[in-house]
Amino acid sequence: MIQKFTLTVNGKSHTVNADPDMPLLYALRDELGLNNPHFGCGLAQCGACTVHLDGQPARSCITTMSTVGDAKITTLAGLGTPDKPHPIQTAYIEEQVPQCGYCINGWLMTAAAFLRDKKKPTEAEIKDALSGLKCRCGTHISILKAVKRAAEMMG
Amino acid sequence: MTKFEHNSAFTRRSVLLGGGALVVSIGAALPLDTLLSLQAAYAQGAKPPLTPDQLSSYIAVNADGSVSAFFGKMDMGHGLAVAIAQIVAEELDVPFKSVKVFMGDTANSVNQGGASGSTGIQNGGKQMRMAAAEARRVLVEMASGLLSTPVEQLKVNDGVVSAASDPGKRISYAQMIGGRYFNVQLEWNKQYGNPLYAPGKAQPKNHTEHRIVGQPIKREDVAPKVFAQEDFVTDIKVPGMVHGRMIRPAIAGAVPVNVDESSIKDIPGAKVVWDKGFLGVVADKEWDAIQAAQKLKVEWSKVEPPFPEQASLYDHIRKASVRKRSVDKENGNVDDAFKAAAKVIEAEYEWPFQSHACMGPACALVQIKDGQVTCWSGTQKSHFVQEGLALTLDLPVDRVRVIHTTGPGSYGRNDADDCAMDAAVLAKAVGKPVRLQYMREQGTGWDPKGPASNHKARAAIDATGKVMAYEFTSKGFSRFDVNTNGGKPHDTLAGQTRGVALQSRDAFGIPAESYAFDNKRMAWETIPPLLDRSSPLRSAHLRDPVGPQIHFASESFIDEVAAALNADPIEFRLRHLQDPRDIAVIKAAAEKANWETRPSPRRNQSGNKVSGRGIAYAQRNGTRVAIVAEVDIDRSTGKIWARKFTVAHDCGQIINPDGLVKCIEGNIVQGVSRTLWEEVTFDRKSVTSVDWLTYPILDITETPAEVNVALINHPELPPTGAGEPSIRPVAAAIANAIFDATGVRIRRVPFSPDRVKSALS
Repeated sequence: MIQKFTLTVNGKSHTVNADPDMPLLYALRDELGLNNPHFGCGLAQCGACTVHLDGQPARSCITTMSTVGDAKITTLAGLGTPDKPHPIQTAYIEEQVPQCGYCINGWLMTAAAFLRDKKKPTEAEIKDALSGLKCRCGTHISILKAVKRAAEMMG
Repeated sequence: MTKFEHNSAFTRRSVLLGGGALVVSIGAALPLDTLLSLQAAYAQGAKPPLTPDQLSSYIAVNADGSVSAFFGKMDMGHGLAVAIAQIVAEELDVPFKSVKVFMGDTANSVNQGGASGSTGIQNGGKQMRMAAAEARRVLVEMASGLLSTPVEQLKVNDGVVSAASDPGKRISYAQMIGGRYFNVQLEWNKQYGNPLYAPGKAQPKNHTEHRIVGQPIKREDVAPKVFAQEDFVTDIKVPGMVHGRMIRPAIAGAVPVNVDESSIKDIPGAKVVWDKGFLGVVADKEWDAIQAAQKLKVEWSKVEPPFPEQASLYDHIRKASVRKRSVDKENGNVDDAFKAAAKVIEAEYEWPFQSHACMGPACALVQIKDGQVTCWSGTQKSHFVQEGLALTLDLPVDRVRVIHTTGPGSYGRNDADDCAMDAAVLAKAVGKPVRLQYMREQGTGWDPKGPASNHKARAAIDATGKVMAYEFTSKGFSRFDVNTNGGKPHDTLAGQTRGVALQSRDAFGIPAESYAFDNKRMAWETIPPLLDRSSPLRSAHLRDPVGPQIHFASESFIDEVAAALNADPIEFRLRHLQDPRDIAVIKAAAEKANWETRPSPRRNQSGNKVSGRGIAYAQRNGTRVAIVAEVDIDRSTGKIWARKFTVAHDCGQIINPDGLVKCIEGNIVQGVSRTLWEEVTFDRKSVTSVDWLTYPILDITETPAEVNVALINHPELPPTGAGEPSIRPVAAAIANAIFDATGVRIRRVPFSPDRVKSALS
């Protein structure tokens, strides 16, 4: 039973016909052509599919279409642009964080929401906020440097 | 592709006549025919064949003066393209920013081996350096004729050749050859892959002249990733594409005997592709393909579960028949020395199967159109996948193009090549382009595994405490159940499931070190695979193939001998090491880590929270790495925090120090993960570690606080590899630090809290 859904993604409205049980991830990637987020596990264990729903990080691989409602969706492409980057994006470039880069969606989206809500976080608070996200290339040291740098930029 | 379009429209004469600036800049009137003959020797409009003996296969100067470098290897995330561009820009005397590196596309590069064995710079860079040097030589020679100035009186600056005595006499690379092709033959050694080498007549620059090589230039591909502007292989789409998913048996070795296609008839576009053991589905939409794979009713053949219980894995290895034994290094008379020993120290170490467990399961897109195949793949080895696809699809190799496109991580022979072949079988069967992505449980459960192994070491000590003899033997599954690439059907799941027999070959390795003992023997033994076809425990190359396991054992054992002789671990190593660069990295690491000279273990700690430090070192194909690990251990929980690493790294000439440090950091962190957490689990039926809960890796809360790197630069030496060497000694450094802290030796990886806690109690 395909249903019609209206999604607000990065400030634009889209109509998608989909199975209500289909994860949001496939609507974003396959119907709307947004190449971030990524499929990593489909099990909410890695974070590669993370988007913001009304500003809160959500794993789009287990968020079904029927539960999105009228939440405003933000993907990495909506976080910032080369002309107007989010501080965490600037910090990632400055620190040259990624290796393969497939995981960064989860770290950037999670860190952006965390840094918005938590000013001047301690290292332990940063680690706690990012715990559970996966990076297989082992860029964790640079990730921490970048999040700290972004925290400083965000005051 | 930015490379020359509409080549066929060019004639040499029209290009030259059109290039008025060329004639004007020379000033003196040279007859046009003279100009043409000077240029004809080295430049032409038609592209020479894409073969390793053609300069045009590596380097092109475009009409706008920019330079394209065509590289038959590719970057797996270490910024290799930057280093290659630095090398090419250096030798050509063009600005770094003018060089663009195209990697791993079979349509425009030759088979330089792909990403393999940390040879991106060591072999690949060496070839690109020689090609760029030859290009410069040829261009300067052309300029010499065109400017009527001897070669030795010319200089090159930012791609412009000018007379040293008269800067007005100048001509640019673009004016001479821009938009056309080099027609220059190289001296190819007739090898493909990593050993490919095809120098020209030119000598590369002396390192003292280097201005771009050695600089910490940043990657340009970071920003596109961060702004979601880069297409990964998972993001590629073509018109008419359908989505595929594969179906694997619950009991390894089982094959479908009955497939009920009507069970998915309600799913739009759903089709079954079934050929012997090969079973996949396609559907118009991705979610539908996933649903179809889940809902398809399949009856599988009844087979005996093929695997031993996991608890008996190491017993199995110990008792298994030896398929091949190889003594790779021997001096003196080891057996006699052990007979004469006053004391013998022995130990045995164990390393589990490990998974690549890449961030995402593999994905490939295969399009077959008008007899031409195009495959987008995250493979490390496009040219071998090209051969594999040709064999799988029964087409000539030249009908297949493989375009390497960044995948979800790669650390060796992961699931990428299998995915490309599976996608090809699906695409051929359904007559449409197929984008196939594996599911998580297939990525972790069914990727080729790093082999499990057992390692025995013993040392003979005489009455004075001197080491008389040392013997080290590894026994394990081969590193080549399937090859390091999908170039042959027997090396892929698509081949094996469709009836091609596994051709497991024998390869392992020995410690790479320079300890001198009067009597020394180092050997390896391989055992047969657990299942002779399409096995989720087939073994292959995983980052630094068999290096971490061998050096975990060998460098732990050296530490055990030092402790038994009450010697400081570094002092003991330096007493026996022969190679000056080995000695230098150990001294550099010790100095940077403020190493306190004393035997292990520490004896001044009490309570549950204890700390220790350990050293380990290794060579790898010319590179040397020494690591000092500092760890904290909670004895009550068995939890280890590998808190600080000091790494001394010597890979000859450093091309890009910043990129190198990042590469080393990744090696260390991934090494910590593999040491503390990673173990493929299985039951008698199949692999049971299939996601991030069942195959845990390091979490950011467990990340080392510091990785301090001491780079030892030898600009006078050729560069060697960095992609893998520094993961090699990590496990032993941690094990030695645990011993230092606790006096307890952990001899089986991973050092999970349960295992450590029980070892400590």
